[in-house]
Amino acid sequence: MASSSASPRTSLSSTSDLAIRVRGLRKTYGAFEAVRGIDLDVARGEVFALLGPNGAGKTTTVEILEGYRERSAGEVDVLGYDPARHEQALKQRIGIVLQSTGVERYLTVEETIDMYHGYFPDPLQTEDVLDVVGLREQRAVRVKRLSGGQQRRLDVAVGLVGNPDLLFLDEPTTGFDPSARRQAWEMVRGLRSLGKTVFLTTHYMDEAQYLADRVAIIARGQVVAEGPPTALMGGEEAVTSVRFRLPEGAQGWPDLVPPGVRSEDGSVVIETSTPTAVLFALTRWAVGQSLELSELTVMRPSLEDVYLQLVGAEATSDGAGRRSGRAS
Amino acid sequence: MSGARLAARQLRYEQLAFWRNPPAAFFTFFFPLIFLVIFNLVFGNETIDVEGGTTKASTFFVAGISALSVVNGCFTGLAMALAILRDEGVLKRVRGTPLPPWAYLAGRIGFNTLLSLVLIAIVVTVGALFYGVDVPTSTMPAFVVSVGVGAATFAALAFAVSGFVPNAEAAPAVINGIVLPLLFISDVFIREDTAPGWLNDVAQFFPVVHLSSALQAAFNPFETGSGFRPWDLLAMAAWGAFGVVVALRYFSWEPRR
Repeated sequence: MASSSASPRTSLSSTSDLAIRVRGLRKTYGAFEAVRGIDLDVARGEVFALLGPNGAGKTTTVEILEGYRERSAGEVDVLGYDPARHEQALKQRIGIVLQSTGVERYLTVEETIDMYHGYFPDPLQTEDVLDVVGLREQRAVRVKRLSGGQQRRLDVAVGLVGNPDLLFLDEPTTGFDPSARRQAWEMVRGLRSLGKTVFLTTHYMDEAQYLADRVAIIARGQVVAEGPPTALMGGEEAVTSVRFRLPEGAQGWPDLVPPGVRSEDGSVVIETSTPTAVLFALTRWAVGQSLELSELTVMRPSLEDVYLQLVGAEATSDGAGRRSGRAS
Repeated sequence: MSGARLAARQLRYEQLAFWRNPPAAFFTFFFPLIFLVIFNLVFGNETIDVEGGTTKASTFFVAGISALSVVNGCFTGLAMALAILRDEGVLKRVRGTPLPPWAYLAGRIGFNTLLSLVLIAIVVTVGALFYGVDVPTSTMPAFVVSVGVGAATFAALAFAVSGFVPNAEAAPAVINGIVLPLLFISDVFIREDTAPGWLNDVAQFFPVVHLSSALQAAFNPFETGSGFRPWDLLAMAAWGAFGVVVALRYFSWEPRR
């Protein structure tokens, strides 16, 4: 029994369902603590999103996982390797797509992918990569003539060509138009179906909500919430808002409907955990009174609401507790 | 793939990209050549004193512009390329792959050395065809070795200097600010004996004059020995070693913020 707790590294290496395990990660630059004790678990095959405002320690954390930075304290295990010690071995099995990296501008798409293809021991075929990122038609185009979205897809292609088990994607859709974002999202979903683990950082909550199996929100160098997006948004018990306008001269209030609050723009908001019953009572009453409730909407809290609440709270109070979506 | 093959492969991609930017490629070759033509137009008919006798000024210019070719390709060109690749994040991306860093850098250095060699070949050919300069035969090994030592030295110094270039925009000013004054006092364009003695003493401290002296010696028609200049080669190698030490400490794969 005692031997089972001897070394955390050994226990992780045998726990092969984890792609990333981080415990008590710290990074200080002089007197500044960029990362202040982060724990993360990323399962193999999942899409994991790390969210947080600028300066929260996102980039520092990711770059420690990728082997670009050395940590000040804590344990880090990526695919069974310590990134600080097994850089080369680890790099054969991860793909890195950073915002701040470029490629030679005078090579073509195909030449660029071919070039990176040669760096890896067991790469994917260039043809297949072109298909996954949707650049087959642009294969002979020089990098400098690609659109922003196409260049980003080439970034992903270069990160993917080594056939990594784990792909880091740093803000993959920043600066995209809506249709390019949709395409990029489908691409990331396609990566998951290939069995890749994806570690995503993003500013866009809808992106995390759409793509991620689990998210962690960090602020001021600490994890403030973690779990599947739906759980973070309150899961089954989430409070739903029913919003509508009461027409002029409407009298009374339906039975069985909790009192509403009149918001600044004059509409009425009812917060409820039983939206089905409330809506039924409300609409039956309105139809009976021959009233039309204009702008009737039913809304669940979005990840963005949760995020703003957590990150905003963190900005004012230092000791915000950790909220875990798995706890409920 | 072995490391050497990876480096050779990298060199192929570097040169492929180089030729895709014709204006840049053209001026890389045009620059030393136009110096050769201008100096020969102005001073070509003069004679100069060298060890052992007098010879045509053209001989001096061919050796001097050969030195310029090494400095241009392996120092100026390499240091600028490193600053740009670093700022564009190309270096950082390569660092994120299993390609051994030295293989990438060896490919890069190899390409810039190749550029210098092509430049020298053009300069010497033009000198021989149009200005009647004798191409050395007995001193050819000394010439080649001197070019090799010079290329290695200036490549090392390019890596060292790139650590102090704050960003790509500042690169031309910083790099030319260092190298242009040295070229003018180092027997490349202007003969040393026309400059005051103290200026020559200053020049002697830096590596450029040792490269040009070594190449001038190899082109000296009165040279009877092998033409090797051990002292100049040693001085260059010392600067090269210094460059390596500084580069190991200050060279950065990531943009400086």
